[in-house]
Amino acid sequence: MPADPSAHGAHAARPEELSTAQVAAALPGTAPTGRPAPQRLAQAALKDLPWEVGVAKPDPAIVVDGVTRVFGGLTAVSVDHLEIQRGGITGLIGPNGAGKTTLFNLMTGFDQPNTGTWSFDGKDLGKLAPHQVARLGVVRTFQLTKALSRLTVLQNMLLGAQGQRGESFLRALVPGGWRAQEKENTEKAMDLLRRFKLDAKKDDFAGILSGGQRKLLEMARALMSDPKVVMLDEPMAGVNPALTQSLLGHVKDLREEGMTVIFVEHDMDVVRDISDWVVVMAAGKVIAEGPPESVSQNQAVVDAYLGAHHDAPLTVEEEDQVLAEVEAEIAREEQGPPRVPHANRSDEKDGLV
Amino acid sequence: MTHAPQRARGHGEGSTAGRGQVGTSTARRRSRWLRSRRPLVLTLLLAAFTMALAMLMPGIASAANEAVTGTLQTSRSGPIAGVPVTVETAAGDPVDTAETDENGRFAVPVPGPGEYEVTIDPEALPDGVELGDRGESLTVTVGPNRAQPVLFGLADGTSNAGGGSVEAVQLLVDGIRFGLLIAVCAVGLSLIYGTTGLTNFAHGELVTIGAVVAWYVNVQGGIPLIPATIIAMIVGAAVGALNELAIWRPLRRRGTGLVAALVVSIGLSMLLRYLVQIVYGGFSSPYADYQTQRTVDYGVFTMTNRSLASIVISVVVLVLVALMLQRTTIGKAMRAVADNRDLAASSGIDVNRVILVVWMMGGALATLGGVLLGLSDQVQWDMGFRLLLLMFAGVTLGGLGTAYGALVGSLIVGVFVQMSTLVIPSDVKYVGGLLLLIVILVLRPQGILGSRARIG
Amino acid sequence: MSELLDAFAIAGKAFFGFQAIFFALLAIGINVHFGYTGLLNFGQIAFAMLGGFGIAISVSMWGLPFWVGVIVGVAAAVVLALLLGLPTLRLRADYLSIVTIAAAEGLRLLFRSVSATPVTGGTRGLSAFNADFINLAPWDPAGRHQILGTSWSGGELWVALIGWLLVTVFSLLVWQLMRSPWGRVVKAIREDEDAVRALGKNVYAYKMQALVLGGVIGAFGGMVYAVATGSAIPDQYQNANTFLAYAALILGGAARVLGPVIGSMLLLFILQFADTGLRALIDNGVIPEALLSSTDVAQIRFVLVGLGLMLLLVFRPQGIFGDRREVMLDAR
Repeated sequence: MPADPSAHGAHAARPEELSTAQVAAALPGTAPTGRPAPQRLAQAALKDLPWEVGVAKPDPAIVVDGVTRVFGGLTAVSVDHLEIQRGGITGLIGPNGAGKTTLFNLMTGFDQPNTGTWSFDGKDLGKLAPHQVARLGVVRTFQLTKALSRLTVLQNMLLGAQGQRGESFLRALVPGGWRAQEKENTEKAMDLLRRFKLDAKKDDFAGILSGGQRKLLEMARALMSDPKVVMLDEPMAGVNPALTQSLLGHVKDLREEGMTVIFVEHDMDVVRDISDWVVVMAAGKVIAEGPPESVSQNQAVVDAYLGAHHDAPLTVEEEDQVLAEVEAEIAREEQGPPRVPHANRSDEKDGLV
Repeated sequence: MTHAPQRARGHGEGSTAGRGQVGTSTARRRSRWLRSRRPLVLTLLLAAFTMALAMLMPGIASAANEAVTGTLQTSRSGPIAGVPVTVETAAGDPVDTAETDENGRFAVPVPGPGEYEVTIDPEALPDGVELGDRGESLTVTVGPNRAQPVLFGLADGTSNAGGGSVEAVQLLVDGIRFGLLIAVCAVGLSLIYGTTGLTNFAHGELVTIGAVVAWYVNVQGGIPLIPATIIAMIVGAAVGALNELAIWRPLRRRGTGLVAALVVSIGLSMLLRYLVQIVYGGFSSPYADYQTQRTVDYGVFTMTNRSLASIVISVVVLVLVALMLQRTTIGKAMRAVADNRDLAASSGIDVNRVILVVWMMGGALATLGGVLLGLSDQVQWDMGFRLLLLMFAGVTLGGLGTAYGALVGSLIVGVFVQMSTLVIPSDVKYVGGLLLLIVILVLRPQGILGSRARIG
Repeated sequence: MSELLDAFAIAGKAFFGFQAIFFALLAIGINVHFGYTGLLNFGQIAFAMLGGFGIAISVSMWGLPFWVGVIVGVAAAVVLALLLGLPTLRLRADYLSIVTIAAAEGLRLLFRSVSATPVTGGTRGLSAFNADFINLAPWDPAGRHQILGTSWSGGELWVALIGWLLVTVFSLLVWQLMRSPWGRVVKAIREDEDAVRALGKNVYAYKMQALVLGGVIGAFGGMVYAVATGSAIPDQYQNANTFLAYAALILGGAARVLGPVIGSMLLLFILQFADTGLRALIDNGVIPEALLSSTDVAQIRFVLVGLGLMLLLVFRPQGIFGDRREVMLDAR
């Protein structure tokens, strides 16, 4: 078992200066035209970082500092420091109830933390509403797909476009003012739909798509806004295996286009396949981060998943909490997604057990 | 207004004639005659009813012939008997004289519709009771076939004398009574919301039905009010169960959305409300028992024994409900289902059974609240609907879906609504409750005891 | 035969009379709220009341010109929408429903209260404020006109004309808005707010715009009603009207431009039919007097509307013309 740097190398000198230099040389803008696939960039940049919680990244797109979120006495999220490398795919994993979705909600403005700050490209996101976060170029998808059922697939796509003139009440009344833009957006939407193989369904209601197609649609819709950061909450959940590969390909494509991708996933094979960096959460904390191959060797991670008794830095109480939470989550998961009449309660998912 | 009648009507007749369903031409003529006096599609009829209701408050009209009626009483003295009442026509011709009976009531038949002057003899009033602002003579207009109620507004020093603080204490006590009553009604509403997610706009009708059933058993059936209430509560529980079994469970099974369910509950509310009006009528009527009680002086406030009983019953019932939620298996199951339905189901709780029990409990409690309300404010066909808004205010204030929140919130709303009459006229006190509701939603939308994540 | 024609003509008059306009405008507003945006406004009548009383108070009490009254009515509706929307539109849908239903009842109680009597006329309401408008009629308002065998006064005809013009204008407005990107956002909000937020739209602002728009349309409904009847009485504005308008909307088909208009006409027709039919049955002794007297018929209508609302929602939520497929996707 190779060394576990987070356990033993915590006080080692940080090699970020070195990495930054490497990255600068390899950044997309400055990189030679050839194709050592751009994904190598993030991977290369992160290669020499210590496998250490809170490690500084050479070129962070998102920086999270001291964020905590407490639901009625239960700490759902408590992240001291986390940086997300630009242009890379970062996998966010952890047992059920680890606070991954809550962290997503916090970062995208869907939930407000009790303490902490976080920023994107140096811009503070702390006080922003979800739509303001999205306008900065940080878009997300949801664990339970939110296809807008009684809109057609094409309308779903068009909704994703930003800066639409016709979306203002008064200008909407003058079609001449937005027709041209609408046409452009439609073309762009059709391009994306073709890429995601949904073009044949453009006039169907989104509600009749299959689960996997909805995931595709949601991702394509997010791309309509030309995002800089895409946050995918369990993009593969409930998708049939045939579509998984296609979805994976699309996620990789995002990286090729220079976007920063953060995704929550349970399937370790998927995580290993596409991530440049993996962040492991348990009981609201980041317990490990490192390249994909490092994670399975990390004792804290193994413990978190198995709930084993161990001299882990968890108190007994914390551990009990984790256990209870996990059990609850499992129980809920077995029930399947909430039934329709209760759909609007799904937001409680991560906190109120 | 006056030219409205000629406009609205007609397609019904056209269609019935067209489909040949109406046989005789007499019927047609009659319906045309009716048409001319039936002005508006809906509103005016309803408006007339409400206005009639408002005027009918003190005494129940016999409505056979024209008369003037009224009740002389104050809260401290109780009904005042033996006061001569003189009725004269507007021109000053004497019509008749009567004395108030042991219930303080009088009724003087008058020869026909028109204006009459009604006078009472202030000398005959007992000590401590004085004429109010309206004086000893009142001019009233009696409509055709109406027993026109007359309100003299006697004063006995309770409302004015003694200064603001005493009045405030009085209102506080009354507010607590009212708040507890709202709480008794609203616990079911909140639990139903918690367990099923349904915002039940037909909950007020459970209150009305309970009160009306008790009225029939008590007044028409001649059974004392306490057993009548128990019978009504059983009926209320049955109505609650029927609600769940006949409507809401099938709808849940069909996967009807919450919004659709909410609109269905509005339809149900209308259906039941006007059905009650058809069966029971548009008047307001007291129970047969406990009506003529004198207030008891407790120093800083006064209260009738039935108000005291109302407070005691409410407290006992609410404590029992709380104990049930805390201690019993079904109570714990209710809280579990309210907290997380799927989790509860997966841990072996029969969710449908729990919800059924919640409905039955909600129905029985609403009935009890209805009887208590009928005891203090008389029984009316829309009493529950009017209370519903205050129930919602209380439940929202406390936090939708939490049983204890409903309790605390209702208490605050009750006290607030009653105390607000210190500064605003009492006929707009419900508006104060509404303002409170809006302020709460601005300041703390999750309610006092609610948790933030629930408001989504 | 002539009687039959006569009856149809009278039916036609009511079909196009101010009540159909009143309910159509209420329902168009509700369609913007509920049908397109998914907002549960159960107090639409409060907007109508403010519209009606906006004119009535301005003209009768403050001596302002009629048109200023219209502006006052619209402004009052906007203020009410903001007041109701500001605290509730950030919250789950049912909060708006509770607050609006409470506002409708509360405002009516306030307007009919003794303390408001100097302004609103209390339970008697206000009258004699529509002369300015009626006199604008290009024909003699007092003269009688025979149209297809029905008799209209010039004033009635004028109100109906302007009323249907309003219905047309607002229908066109809704049609134009709902085919624009603005309408797309609003419809998306009905489907799932969070998804729309995540796409960078200010959901709160859109909901507020929709609430104000629908409220203002409702206020115009109230104005038509007040001007047509020549009086504004608080108890005319019972909240049962809101639910009648809901029934009309769902009958005609929610989220359809003409749904509320057709629904209102149909609803009035059905109510009238039930009314006349029941009275006839009672008169003929088919329904024994003991079971139902003709004075109960007014209530029976509300019972039927309540029942109809339930049945429609459960069995034909798409309305009578709607496409079942579309509603099956209802994820709300």
